[in-house]
Amino acid sequence: MAAYTTHPAQPSTDKRWKLVDAAMRRTGKSPRSLIETLHTVQEAFGYIDEEALRYVAMSLRVPLSRAYGVATFYHFFTLKPAGRHTCVICLGTACYIKGSRQLLEAVEKDLRVAPGETTADGEISLLTARCLGSCGLAPAVVYDQEVAGKVDANSLRKRLHDWNEQARSRHDA
Amino acid sequence: MTPDELEQIAEKERAAQSECATELRVCVAAGCLSCQSDKVKDALDAEIRQRGIGGCRVKGVGCMGLCAEGPLVSTSKGKMYKLVQPSDAGAVLDTFDPGTQDKILPAHLHCPTDTPFFQSQQKIVLENSGIIDPERIEEYIARDGYSALMKALTEMTPQEVIAEITASGLRGRGGAGYPTGLKWSTVAKAAGAKKFVICNADEGDPGAFMDRSVLESDPHRVLEGMLIAACAVGAQEGYIYVRAEYPLAIKRLRTAIRQAERLGLLGANICGTRFSLHLDLRLGAGAFVCGEETALIASIEGQRGTPRARPPYPAISGLMGGPTLINNVETYANVAPILRKGGAWYAGIGTEKSKGTKVFALAGRVKNTGLVEVPMGITLRRMVFEIGGGIPEGRQFKAVQTGGPSGGCLPEAALDMPIEYESLAKAGSIMGSGGMIVMDESSCMVDVARYFMDFCMTESCGKCVPCRVGTYQMHRILTAITNMTATPKDLAMLEELCDLVKHTSLCGLGQSAPNPVISTLKSFAAEYKAHIEEHRCPAGVCGIDAEGDKA
Repeated sequence: MAAYTTHPAQPSTDKRWKLVDAAMRRTGKSPRSLIETLHTVQEAFGYIDEEALRYVAMSLRVPLSRAYGVATFYHFFTLKPAGRHTCVICLGTACYIKGSRQLLEAVEKDLRVAPGETTADGEISLLTARCLGSCGLAPAVVYDQEVAGKVDANSLRKRLHDWNEQARSRHDA
Repeated sequence: MTPDELEQIAEKERAAQSECATELRVCVAAGCLSCQSDKVKDALDAEIRQRGIGGCRVKGVGCMGLCAEGPLVSTSKGKMYKLVQPSDAGAVLDTFDPGTQDKILPAHLHCPTDTPFFQSQQKIVLENSGIIDPERIEEYIARDGYSALMKALTEMTPQEVIAEITASGLRGRGGAGYPTGLKWSTVAKAAGAKKFVICNADEGDPGAFMDRSVLESDPHRVLEGMLIAACAVGAQEGYIYVRAEYPLAIKRLRTAIRQAERLGLLGANICGTRFSLHLDLRLGAGAFVCGEETALIASIEGQRGTPRARPPYPAISGLMGGPTLINNVETYANVAPILRKGGAWYAGIGTEKSKGTKVFALAGRVKNTGLVEVPMGITLRRMVFEIGGGIPEGRQFKAVQTGGPSGGCLPEAALDMPIEYESLAKAGSIMGSGGMIVMDESSCMVDVARYFMDFCMTESCGKCVPCRVGTYQMHRILTAITNMTATPKDLAMLEELCDLVKHTSLCGLGQSAPNPVISTLKSFAAEYKAHIEEHRCPAGVCGIDAEGDKA
């Protein structure tokens, strides 16, 4: 392991590390800003890998074990890259009452993945949410950041089908 | 900024508004926005420009309440349109374009506002929601915004502010209902060089979206409440802990903070006085337990959000060891009107022990899903059948769930009970933060109990054994019941576990985790019995094939 320093070298020449550095500088590299910094990393890279975790921990003078503890404690952080598309099914109470579990079971069966997993071709990640706060529109699903309300199995299947078609045409091209 | 300067901004804004004969307000809060209300707004804008209608403008506003019928559009003259699509822009404008005024509005766009849904509400927290543009501080000021802060700073002592809040009878709107005035005076009296105010906007209950709507529709209202609180308790630093899952609320809060700082209403030496407050946002990262105040503080400090034993309460030793005032979004949103109109006015609304109004997020199997603000003491029956419009598709009402995973399911027999902290607790539920989910005969109450237990099991932080292991065991038994493999012995074990987890857990999450089970066991015992003894699910939800929830 590299010598312990509060000024570790950026893991790569990727420009996104500058965003992370800027976020840490704003808080004076305070160990208290660990969660804020992890948010920035995830926003920039889409997920938090071990390299990023080491870099942040060292820069903020936080033990790696604590950084790992925090990153895995909070559901919002993910340590694995997401697929090209994400499909988040809300399992909040209102959505659950209106059948979001059946939606989830349908997708699980169609894509052959469990929640939190990505299809083998790296195309679609299936995720679940505790509550999106769009309860008036239950059941709600988020397709690539875009919230859709009053979703049924047909519209959900159609969207997944469209994504797969797109992937196929990309392959053929 | 002086009171006169504030009044000047308000006058200027009001004058600008009076020049415009008709204002079209399009809801751009999260609910309607996910139905493309931003495109509706653009379409209306384009249509007005194309027709060249004078004295007419379009603006984005916050939540109007009836989220199920979005996108909603209303006018400054009181008309309301529902389910508006971008292609309907012409039809909406026809109704007040002088040239085409005689044209009849297509029926599906007409949204009557003389219905109980709108008429039974009393708006204090939401008084600006759906009326002002949440991204402009001037509009907030034009509706008496920040005048309560001025009053607190120039005409009142901190003790008088606290006395006014105490007189109002306001209680914490996060769910527990602790008297707000008492909390404020504890923090004010606590010894400590540096004190903090925190706004708990980590709205974690599934099925609750009140705080989100308040933050998206009227963010300055929350800032003003925090400023008054900080001034009363002597805090110089504050944090708003908001869910990262609410990007729009975060964006609007950031804008609001920037605007208030620019006008000298936030920052150093506010309004030329010695009072300073620096506010910052902290983003939650998806941990339900962080709604518990000591866990929330740990999270703001950049650590895992695990609660600690109380006392000492945060009011004595909280963030970085300093006395810390933590209130919920809705609690802060009530502060400014109380100071403006007096504690006695507020205490005149509601019931003897529960004063004022409460915002509820009405969802589930009910016609009018959305956001409502009603005076305390209204009955659950009125909430479900008058305001909510009853159960759709001619089905039968079965239960109403309040308080999220910490609350309980109330049956038909409890419907005539008034909504107040004590009566809900007595009936086996809690007020909670305001989520209200209606269920009909298609919901299996054992499955609902299992659903909430799954939630608590996953969200348990793992620090104390009763919660970490107890929720797992209860979930295992409930899953067995829904799979028709449980025995009467399991049921006895479940009841014992409920008692154990309730009384020995460290924080509110564990202490209240058995509530959904206890309340359904009490009111819907027959359903449990049918699963265990007859191996059937009366609602037809559970089957032998039904697997446990994998999420």
